[in-house]
Amino acid sequence: MSSRSSKSPRERISRVVRDIPRSGIRDFFDIVSQRHDIISLGVGEPDFDTPWHVREATIYALEKGVTSYTSNRGLPKLRQALARYVEAQFGVAYDPDLEMLVTVGVSEALDLAVRAVINPGDEVLYHSPCYVSYAPVILFAGGVPVAVETRAEDGFRLTREALERKVTPRTRLLMLNFPNNPTGATLTPDDVRELAAFAEAHDLVVVTDEIYAELTYEGRHVSIAAEPGMKERTIFLHGFSKAWAMTGFRLGYACAPPDLTEAMMKIHQYVMLCAPILSQEAALEALRDPERDIGPMRDEYRRRRNYFVKALNDAGVPCHRPGGAFYLFPEIRSLGLSSKDFALRLLEEESVAAVPGTAFGPEGEGFLRCAYATGFAEIREAAGRIARFADRLRRT
Amino acid sequence: MNRELLDLLVRNARQSDQDLADQLGLSAEAVAGQIAELEAAGVVRGYHAIVNEDKVEDPQVTAVIEVQVVPEREGGFNRLALRISRFPEARSVYLMSGAMDLLVFVEGRDLREISSFVSEKLAPMEGVSGTRTHFLMKTYKHRGVLMDHEDEFEKLKVTP
Repeated sequence: MSSRSSKSPRERISRVVRDIPRSGIRDFFDIVSQRHDIISLGVGEPDFDTPWHVREATIYALEKGVTSYTSNRGLPKLRQALARYVEAQFGVAYDPDLEMLVTVGVSEALDLAVRAVINPGDEVLYHSPCYVSYAPVILFAGGVPVAVETRAEDGFRLTREALERKVTPRTRLLMLNFPNNPTGATLTPDDVRELAAFAEAHDLVVVTDEIYAELTYEGRHVSIAAEPGMKERTIFLHGFSKAWAMTGFRLGYACAPPDLTEAMMKIHQYVMLCAPILSQEAALEALRDPERDIGPMRDEYRRRRNYFVKALNDAGVPCHRPGGAFYLFPEIRSLGLSSKDFALRLLEEESVAAVPGTAFGPEGEGFLRCAYATGFAEIREAAGRIARFADRLRRT
Repeated sequence: MNRELLDLLVRNARQSDQDLADQLGLSAEAVAGQIAELEAAGVVRGYHAIVNEDKVEDPQVTAVIEVQVVPEREGGFNRLALRISRFPEARSVYLMSGAMDLLVFVEGRDLREISSFVSEKLAPMEGVSGTRTHFLMKTYKHRGVLMDHEDEFEKLKVTP
């Protein structure tokens, strides 16, 4: 009798996938989702609803029977509108036919960008703490993620000095995300110029995820793609989720020189075919008068940020004042708990959910991500509870 | 004038000076001073609640009345509009372009109260050449606020 040893399903998983740890956010989500009646500062999406005119236009499109595939690159009229928007907003002119690809959110675009330029063993620089998908996307592509720590005392800005310490002859790509999730950090025009000079000096491709660009509260957002000579080596990513409160539409886009766009297109057409047509119609409507939709939301986020930063600092929980996005990243190290324990006990004892900084990389230890994409009344209440909790920790 | 403070008050006049100040990056004293100025200058004329009459025990009845007016040689519509405005029953009075001249929102306990106001006070007034009364049947939205909120879609509590 021959007994063929059968592998367990777990053993059949590819090494690359098996070796990537589960997202820390998912772990925390599983705990939080058991709880009701909590104040959540744990969301990475706006509390605002998608502007009604966008939803209404989407309903109309559905009624008209707009339910087909689109061209792989995305609806031509959408790409034309995007090209106008990007030029006006970011100061870079892209050819809508050759240099633009509409994707299923920036998440897909990130994956396409990295896969399009990385060969196995290539090193990729990214700043940490950072959005959860950066390192995994690099690993899926066979690249080597090289984290560059950003620090609270620099306002979590990425500096050239920090990059120079990590760059090697094998480095091929630099990934940027400013304004940043989870720190809310922004870059000054000087920072951007320095990073551009660094990329040129080491002949790197830059993937810049500027999904939070419109949610900038101090000064003007500057894109690295607009720096002289940078368009040729930059893949610019942007989308509708954050500024327009359209997360569930899953709509983003990538802009890059024709050859890089074509390379991303090759992957996109085989794994995604095209972004959903209804979301593309919605995006077209969203581009009708962007400032009218975004302006009031940005003003509201700014006021919440002002309030929340002051409330935490007043409570002795040090928090830098972020220039963009909708996250605070206060430092809780001095209160004697790890990020994870702090978040778990805050949830347990005060029914406030915030995400441990370590969900965004080991460099996030000692910090907590608190989203202020929630109503003012909840933020006010949550700030009070965090203050009370911190007080209790100090006394024990 | 602080337009942002004004917008915040229009949305919710019940916030404390301190809360307003912390959102605007000002001191509570500065906010109190600016509000006092807005009131003194007559920019802010008052504060009130937005009530869903359908949920109140003795709901008020509201009528919207189009009023046609013979303009006076001196003063145009103003004198007559002010006379109408002084009646407490007239909650809002507007000068309009188009087919009618004045639009008057009248509130009363019931239909009879409103119709007696219209027939005894408003319509016979010198200078009023005609009225058309429309009763308001249901309020969906008032001053930017939806009156019914359906079950809200529950978003996830934690997302990346």
